[in-house]
Amino acid sequence: MGIKLNQVTKRVGAETHIYETDLTLEEGGFNVLLGTTLSGKTTLMRLMAGLEVPSSGEIWFEGSNVTGVPVQKREVAMVYQAFINYPSFSVFDNIASPLRVARRPDAEIRKRVGEIAELLKLSPMLDRLPAELSGGQQQRTALARALVKNAPLVLLDEPLANLDYKLREELRDDLPKLFSDTGATVVYATSEPQEALMLGGHTATLSEGRVTQYGRTADIFRKPNTLVSARVFSDPPINTTVVHKKGERFELNENIQWAVAEKYAGLADGSYTLGIHPHHLTLGSVREDSIAISGLVQVAEISGSESIVHVDVAGNSWVSETQGIHPFVVGESTNLQMQVDRCLYFGEDGGLVAS
Amino acid sequence: MSKTTNQKAWILVIPVIVLVAFNALIPLMTVVNYSVQETFGSNVFFWEGIKWFEEVLNSSRFHESFLRQIFFTGTILAIEIPLGIAVALSMPKKGPWVSVCLVLMALPLLIPWNVVGAMWNIFALPDIGLLGRMINGIGIDYNFTQQPVAAWMTTIAMDVWHWTSLVVLLAYAGLCSIPDAYYQAAKIDGASAWAVFWHIQLPKMKRVLTIAILLRFMDSFMIYTEPFVLTGGGPGNTTTFLSIDLVKIALGQFDLGPAAAMSLIYFFIVLLVCWIFYTLMMRDEAE
Amino acid sequence: MAKITLQNLKHSYLSDPVGTDDYALKQIDAIWEDGSAYALLGPSGCGKTTLLNIISGLLTPSEGQVLFDDQDVTHTPTTERQIAQIFQFPVVYDTMSVFDNLAFPLRNRGVAEDIVKARVKEVANMLDLENSLKQRAAGLTADGKQKISLGRGLVREDVNVIMFDEPLTVIDPHLKWQLRSKLKELHQKIARTMIYVTHDQTEALTFADHVVVMYDGKVVQVGTPVDLFERPAHTFVGHFIGSPGMNILPCELSEGASYFAGNRLLINCSKLPENGSKNLELGVRPEFVEFDEDGFPVEIVKVDDLGRHQIVVARHENNIIKMIVGEGEPIPSENPRISFSPEHTRLYKNSWVVD
Repeated sequence: MGIKLNQVTKRVGAETHIYETDLTLEEGGFNVLLGTTLSGKTTLMRLMAGLEVPSSGEIWFEGSNVTGVPVQKREVAMVYQAFINYPSFSVFDNIASPLRVARRPDAEIRKRVGEIAELLKLSPMLDRLPAELSGGQQQRTALARALVKNAPLVLLDEPLANLDYKLREELRDDLPKLFSDTGATVVYATSEPQEALMLGGHTATLSEGRVTQYGRTADIFRKPNTLVSARVFSDPPINTTVVHKKGERFELNENIQWAVAEKYAGLADGSYTLGIHPHHLTLGSVREDSIAISGLVQVAEISGSESIVHVDVAGNSWVSETQGIHPFVVGESTNLQMQVDRCLYFGEDGGLVAS
Repeated sequence: MSKTTNQKAWILVIPVIVLVAFNALIPLMTVVNYSVQETFGSNVFFWEGIKWFEEVLNSSRFHESFLRQIFFTGTILAIEIPLGIAVALSMPKKGPWVSVCLVLMALPLLIPWNVVGAMWNIFALPDIGLLGRMINGIGIDYNFTQQPVAAWMTTIAMDVWHWTSLVVLLAYAGLCSIPDAYYQAAKIDGASAWAVFWHIQLPKMKRVLTIAILLRFMDSFMIYTEPFVLTGGGPGNTTTFLSIDLVKIALGQFDLGPAAAMSLIYFFIVLLVCWIFYTLMMRDEAE
Repeated sequence: MAKITLQNLKHSYLSDPVGTDDYALKQIDAIWEDGSAYALLGPSGCGKTTLLNIISGLLTPSEGQVLFDDQDVTHTPTTERQIAQIFQFPVVYDTMSVFDNLAFPLRNRGVAEDIVKARVKEVANMLDLENSLKQRAAGLTADGKQKISLGRGLVREDVNVIMFDEPLTVIDPHLKWQLRSKLKELHQKIARTMIYVTHDQTEALTFADHVVVMYDGKVVQVGTPVDLFERPAHTFVGHFIGSPGMNILPCELSEGASYFAGNRLLINCSKLPENGSKNLELGVRPEFVEFDEDGFPVEIVKVDDLGRHQIVVARHENNIIKMIVGEGEPIPSENPRISFSPEHTRLYKNSWVVD
């Protein structure tokens, strides 16, 4: 059954933090809430946890109505962006604390803490205090406490945001697996599209207090239902521009035109907003499925495995993303390869009409 | 952000409400009651309206003790705040001496107020006190029980001795919260020690200093025990501050009506100043 | 502007260091060219901030010298080194206006007011701060404050080197790339020596002409972004740069050929060490592993769909191999076999590359 939000809203004073939201997260699933700061991720999580009461609507958890039930009476585990541990407790006592609260026998506590510590690679530092640990170890301790509690609902609010990116990468790899073994429903808030993709599972995109889309993570990345969802779920940002469909051809301007592929043939003639992800707009080798667009290199950003190049095409800045690290010279002219069969077309209301 | 609504929480607040009622509201109402009536004891009261208030506000006696009070508070603030900052600046930031300094600073604060008064009384006596004999020894005629100026100096010295530590501790806490990066940046920018103080340390201490000034203002404005033990308000009335005067009227002369009116006026002055401070602090925070 | 030479530099925070483990900086020798942009990249605790503080003079090294243009400045105080530094958390003088903040370093040095005005104006233009010069600095957002910190370094013409200590830590993600490219642009415009300390590969690779990778108190590689990607000099560089990082696999040599788990592989190494050498490893980036019917057999552990590409985790005997497979490309379901691109497969001995 998982967790179900039924026409939930949250208003504080005159401000609406969450507009009417219906959302069902399946039991035992890994769910990502993706949105920028202030998009409502944290409020939504606090509603799910019972830290906040919705202004209207109902929240159901595993078949029972939990609207208004305070957090102490629900079985919820939560991990925050800041590393929150009991500073005067050793790692062992920190991890053991939820079990002690539940008055489990000592032998069981030792066994469970031992298992979880092994899983999170904390075994060698069980006797240390949180202050003596690195950031990654502190956050693993907080995660271990959430795991050991065995709560059916686990809420993770940007838990990796304060870590070095390499550590983030490792924990990101482990997280979904750790929690899927416990059968808990996991909700993970992040502002980074990349992170959502790496975590997999299902994703809900949020924008200004509304859930704009929910579905399998990779699916909604490829097929955002609106321009808003597309913008939330793209980093580097998705390129958008107005194009006109005229019979057999798409026309961007006088110079850039291409044939309408079969899958877009159903579109009526007229103007659309074209959206193209940066990784479908590559530099370098000529591709058969692409058309070439020429421009000038503005800025080249290099991540560890990709080159993200901003290209000036007739006064507009386009972002392209190419595998591997390549040197680019600012001001040099270059050819972008646009994969025309990967384009997304949005109608006037911003809804997806063809992909 | 709103929290979980839970009406039961009100039950937990009741003890506080009861306590506040007993130690603030009820005594205050009694005072209000006295301030508008005349009584000759045996619970006989006559309505007098605002007569006592007019009388107090127009009395030169009140004016004098009020001015004395303002002068005293102004003087000790002008000494204690800069002195406190200077001491805090010269204290070590780390190492074993930190705790030694902190304990030394805390010592005067641990001494009961009447003991402070008694200590200074004996210390400054011209015939047997160490201080008094020393000052007379270097050829200055000093007797705080007889000379108004000496009495003032001694009272101020006592207050500075007793309370500068509080300012030091607050300022020190403010200084310690300044990140190292600020000092490093200032070094790199070639700032002089004075510029570092003026542009980094002072602005960063502003909040704690506001609190320090507020605390010292309130305490010194209501000061009673120490000068009462030291000078008893004399010689003459020269160190009779508002609170001492109030006690004289209320318990010495048993003029309960004027005393009540005076304490209310006194109370409103303190309240007004606190409100001004509070608004200033809030405005700064909003920025 | 200056060339920076680091000679035999060692530093320990202990007063009486014994073994190499007591040193935060183990041995640094480097010559950094005048006018270039360098990045010091490494995980937390690798010694990069220690090195930065030694160059700025906030710390005196236990051993060795720092030279600016062949002049020994090891014991010269910070104020006299003519450097600028931008810290992790923005440092602004709260009581001053933006203009006064920018003018501060010049006024401290007794520069005439009309020159101050001209310089501040020029720098404000460079940093897009010209419209907020009269504002109080305390009221600015984090990125605005960070620009002021940078501006205070730029106003001085006598600056030898501008140093950045993780300057984007407190900047919102969507503003990061703007500042990143702004810095790059500035460097190209003013061509001063700049040193940028970070743990973020994107920041380092985007900003720097030369990236200095540090690990455990040592410099493990200095190179261009392309060098670090294509030819990591140390297994740590392979692991740290790129997401996911390089696959590091055990290797044996016999009869002049290299073997991975009994499979003979062609690699990019002109001078193989002797047969029977110990501590050999192969390194190959996930980008350069592909499905190949003539390769060796693997078992597929999991496939992560990251939208723009897929990451396949494969196992051969006890070795985990990650590979990047293009978007939508099929993954063989029966008897998958893979191979490494010989051109991009490197040999490492005791963790260092063998050419």
